[in-house]
Amino acid sequence: MEPLQIYERLKVRFGERVLETIEKRSDPFAVIDPAALVEICLYLREDPELAMDCLSNETGVDYKDHLEVVYHLFSYSHRHGAVLKIKLPREEPRVATVEGIWKSANWMEREIFDLVGVNFEGHSDMRRILMPEDWPGHPLRKDFVEPQEYHGISTVRESPIVRLDQHKDQHKKK
Amino acid sequence: MPLLNSLPDYVLTTKTDELINWMRKSSIWYMLFGLACCAIELMHTGGPRADIERFGATPRASARQSDLMIIAGTLTLKMALRTRLLYDQMPDPKYVISMGSCSNCGGLFQLAYSVCDGVDKVIPVDVYVPGCPPRPEALTEGLLKLQEKIMTERWLAKAPAAKGEAA
Repeated sequence: MEPLQIYERLKVRFGERVLETIEKRSDPFAVIDPAALVEICLYLREDPELAMDCLSNETGVDYKDHLEVVYHLFSYSHRHGAVLKIKLPREEPRVATVEGIWKSANWMEREIFDLVGVNFEGHSDMRRILMPEDWPGHPLRKDFVEPQEYHGISTVRESPIVRLDQHKDQHKKK
Repeated sequence: MPLLNSLPDYVLTTKTDELINWMRKSSIWYMLFGLACCAIELMHTGGPRADIERFGATPRASARQSDLMIIAGTLTLKMALRTRLLYDQMPDPKYVISMGSCSNCGGLFQLAYSVCDGVDKVIPVDVYVPGCPPRPEALTEGLLKLQEKIMTERWLAKAPAAKGEAA
């Protein structure tokens, strides 16, 4: 089944809760209501004609005015895929976990929490996965400011390239 | 008649410090510690082709048995704390080789938020090996440089008199 046909099915079944479908891209996607996420995902997995048995990727994106979580689904039995997106506010973003539907969401949601700061409600182990436990902030947020030091280790290093440039300018002045 | 000429052939004479240093440089045990792609070259260096075991360097699985720590790969800030801990666990005298651009200065990733740009910010480094990653030959050269450094150490002999001071 083509992705657009899948989105049509979703529209028929869930109506308003499928907010929009973007078709004019090489990888068309459907934007859905975060509140209906678990319901829609369950339907996608359980319907025998869709049978999305694999969550191949789940990522978070910061678009400055809002956050997005992207779900790449795939069906091994039908060899078709779909992309779902949900939009979340930047302040206190929360969404239900899909870990109960696809177990592979566990680490991917931890990664999104770690780097973008989305809180997945109902997740079994909502901890950072890559960064240290005591790291300040979420590094893939556009407004993230890198700390000057971490446990006494300075994170700043003078760039030798800049110094060479300055040297060249001084040479010109002479 | 000098003492040396009066000794039979099977007697060797040397200085105590040189003997100690020679023994120590000939059994540098390095810690099995790889952080990124440089670790592949590190394994290769320990393998049969480059074979640094012919210089007495053999990998040890524990920091407590190691003389040398080879920082092979990108050091993240998270790992930097662990590296310092491992370094503290090594018995003295201990040495560090910084292998490759990443551990020298952060390399390609030095502007990344998670990377410690240079292992020398965390622990003292004896030999820097440039390269991305360095070839096994380069790391072997680094080990030989470290051996040269070990040979200059003085343990028993009195420290040489400072300049201007009467001998």
